Amino acid sequence: MKLEEIRKVLDAEWFGGETSRTDCSDREVLLCHASDLMSDVLTFTGAGSLLLTGLTNAQVIRAAEISDFAGVCFVRGKKPQPEAVQLAQERGIAMLVTPLSMFESCGRLHAKGLPGGDRAREDAKCRSKK
Amino acid sequence: MPEQEITKTQEMVYELLVRDVMTKGVISVAPSTPMSGLREILRVNRISGTPVLDDGKLVGIISIEDFISWLADGGPECPVADRMTADVRAIYDDEPLVQAVCKLERLGFGRLPVLGRETGCLVGVITKGDIVSGLLKNLEVDYLNVEMRGSRSSHLFEDIVADQSLLVLKYQVRGADFKRAGACASGLKTTLRRLGVPPQTTRRAAVATYEAEMNLVVFTEGGRVTVEVEPELIRLKVEDGGPGIPDIEKAMQPGFSTAPDWVRELGFGAGMGLPNIRKCADRMRLDSTVGKGTRLEVEILMEQPDEAERHCAEVGA
Repeated sequence: MKLEEIRKVLDAEWFGGETSRTDCSDREVLLCHASDLMSDVLTFTGAGSLLLTGLTNAQVIRAAEISDFAGVCFVRGKKPQPEAVQLAQERGIAMLVTPLSMFESCGRLHAKGLPGGDRAREDAKCRSKK
Repeated sequence: MPEQEITKTQEMVYELLVRDVMTKGVISVAPSTPMSGLREILRVNRISGTPVLDDGKLVGIISIEDFISWLADGGPECPVADRMTADVRAIYDDEPLVQAVCKLERLGFGRLPVLGRETGCLVGVITKGDIVSGLLKNLEVDYLNVEMRGSRSSHLFEDIVADQSLLVLKYQVRGADFKRAGACASGLKTTLRRLGVPPQTTRRAAVATYEAEMNLVVFTEGGRVTVEVEPELIRLKVEDGGPGIPDIEKAMQPGFSTAPDWVRELGFGAGMGLPNIRKCADRMRLDSTVGKGTRLEVEILMEQPDEAERHCAEVGA
């Protein structure tokens, strides 16, 4: 699923200016993680993933960067803090802001077929058995 | 060497466009904003001036100089519109950078508002600082590309003729400096990737360093992170000067935390730091003396190529 599609599903807006939108809208997202606990985020496989979170500080972007996340979507209309925005732009991490709650955001993406980390791992296991 | 760089910079001034280096998401004020409120807006956003927008259209610019002269006049209550410079010189976002350099130089201004060519609306602001950092960033990108071409650690270590080779990276972490927390992990990650260390090994080292760095920032007055890269493994050493951990066994339990609430609000302090580090480590050693300090040593074995392939299959990439 492309980030632009995800944006539509979540009624979200691009954050961080025009370049954020043009550079990132074609980025492919394979799975999704949702957490407000950065220590958990660090244990996720971030490659090709979107992070849904309610936190807006720069540490969210740091954690996303360390875990190789493709983008971060802030829920409940919360806008990332200026340091977070700057860091995300430096590190090429896409930012979206959705007015939806965490639960509603997860539900909509799941319904559209975007898996979480657990299911992606199971799928990979099945594939490797075949 | 310097000559070549100057030529490169000159080339960039023509190649880069204003929109490549301008600051986007600009703070602006309305013509009706009271002058008395301006100081707070400039202070909070750490800016020395800001465009004045009326329904999206640029109608003026107000700077700290205007504010000072207003103060000198006794600070009479009035809107920004009365004190702003209404005759604004702007620049379009698709003009080459050299235009901005000339315009700033000619007019003696510190900043220029940037307008979209088609809309005529304000899309950003460009300052001398933006131009300098934009050029530096682009020089850095070029330099990185050159650097990337020839440097892979497999080569690096193959090229070194010695019975044993070791690359040592040192980082300082300041206590209570939340803005910079994670900078060391981020720097380490970039460096390891550049050295060609396998992705999964890089990730584990970066995560362990990040958590350790967080502990230094939250609990200590700062400390040192030393990373030793060998062909077979990466060794992290994290040292601080106190306060020390009274009960290490307890501290290692997932969910046990002594972090204050403000740390929890940042998404940390849930008692997962040390357990996360252990998860990333092939070997881990933690020594601590209350009142003296803590020393953490973590070893991560270099992932072998076949493991790397299996990992890729798992991610489904």
